[in-house]
Amino acid sequence: MAEIADDGGGHKKGGKKRAKKQSTKIDMTPMVDLGFLLLTFFVLTSTFSKPKSMEISFPAPPDNPKEQPEVKNGLNIILTKDHKIFYYKGQFNAADNKEGKPATQLTETTFSSEGLHKLLLEMNSYAHDEIAKLEAKVKNKQMADSTFKRLAIEAKGDKRALTALIKTDDKATYKDVIDVVDELNVCVVGKYVIIDMSAPEYALLTEKIK
Amino acid sequence: MSKVKASKGGAPSLDMTPMVDLAFLLVTFFMLTASFRMAEPVVVDPPASHSDKTLPDNTILVSIDDIGRPFFGVSNAEAKVATLLKMSDKYKVKFNEAQVKKFGGMSSFGVDIKDLPRYIDATEAERLKFQPQRGVPNDSLKDPQLSDWVRYAAQETNGIYIRERDKAKDAGKDFVGEKVRYAIKADAKSKYMYVKAVLKTFTDMKIYRFNLITSLEGGATKPAEPGKK
Repeated sequence: MAEIADDGGGHKKGGKKRAKKQSTKIDMTPMVDLGFLLLTFFVLTSTFSKPKSMEISFPAPPDNPKEQPEVKNGLNIILTKDHKIFYYKGQFNAADNKEGKPATQLTETTFSSEGLHKLLLEMNSYAHDEIAKLEAKVKNKQMADSTFKRLAIEAKGDKRALTALIKTDDKATYKDVIDVVDELNVCVVGKYVIIDMSAPEYALLTEKIK
Repeated sequence: MSKVKASKGGAPSLDMTPMVDLAFLLVTFFMLTASFRMAEPVVVDPPASHSDKTLPDNTILVSIDDIGRPFFGVSNAEAKVATLLKMSDKYKVKFNEAQVKKFGGMSSFGVDIKDLPRYIDATEAERLKFQPQRGVPNDSLKDPQLSDWVRYAAQETNGIYIRERDKAKDAGKDFVGEKVRYAIKADAKSKYMYVKAVLKTFTDMKIYRFNLITSLEGGATKPAEPGKK
């Protein structure tokens, strides 16, 4: 402990006065206690204070809002109440369309790894495989990080990569939307958008969840 | 160093000085690095995600609580004060000097501008129970207060950014400031339609890039889902 040498001048002047040799040791235990208390407090509070965030861009409204965007290799993810999630692939076909295509059916899925995750990996296999290949190259030091970033963005934007459209009704929760966007990020889907549901889609959904 | 020696009296004494030194060094470090945030007026529990990007420092933040009330906040105190003055002009609500100063140090708020002077004067404990606290009005036709707050705050923060950049340039120094980012912090239980209404306020102003605040997956908000990478 902090000791102050007390073999100094005191003795020379008057040894008589001091009957008993006093200890100059200070008990530092309370100070140490306080120090560690403060340390614990600051460690615990400062680590969790910086929030994480997810960067996302929303599309500028189209010039002609009635026109539905034409999507190749598209997946429509529809969110609704009670954390339910439906999807259909490709374009929407009404029940009585002129081309005679089969009417669009909504399929229900789940947020689990067997549900949405598997579906996305399957549909986005092109981008996923390409990026896995690129990652292997980076690992073997055959490619620079900056090249990887550029090629990864290209792979995500490729025609064969998946485009996801997230549509919600009024009862869907924010958590579901973030869960889907997060899942898209995990499955390296680069092209996704959160847009409004069209009237026929809404009618189909209402029929389905009735 | 930590040598245990049996002193004459029999009780072993341990030299704690290095440990104390280290403890206080760490305390000092954490005290200086920690940035304190003011208590938020409502508890907003954001959903979890795998994103590990930290939120930029210079933000205009709109929080949305679980029942859909929007709360507005600006991280830059200088811009915040300037925004208040502009809003005060536009909505003809008077603020005295003390209120303006106090507003600069406040966190986000969710009240009508008419109630804002009273809200600023309230103590932190009173603010939690403040009535009426219906969120910043966000009606694009009748009462576009949120939209005005965001617009003025964006003008002010960008103005400060440009001023500081030019100042650094004139002084021949490297400029390290960040451009303002628009952050949205919504509660996991909030309906998406409320978030959509706020997003629309931004997109109407031609602001399309956002930072959605999330907590890290596996945190307190939600147990980690099995099978996820």
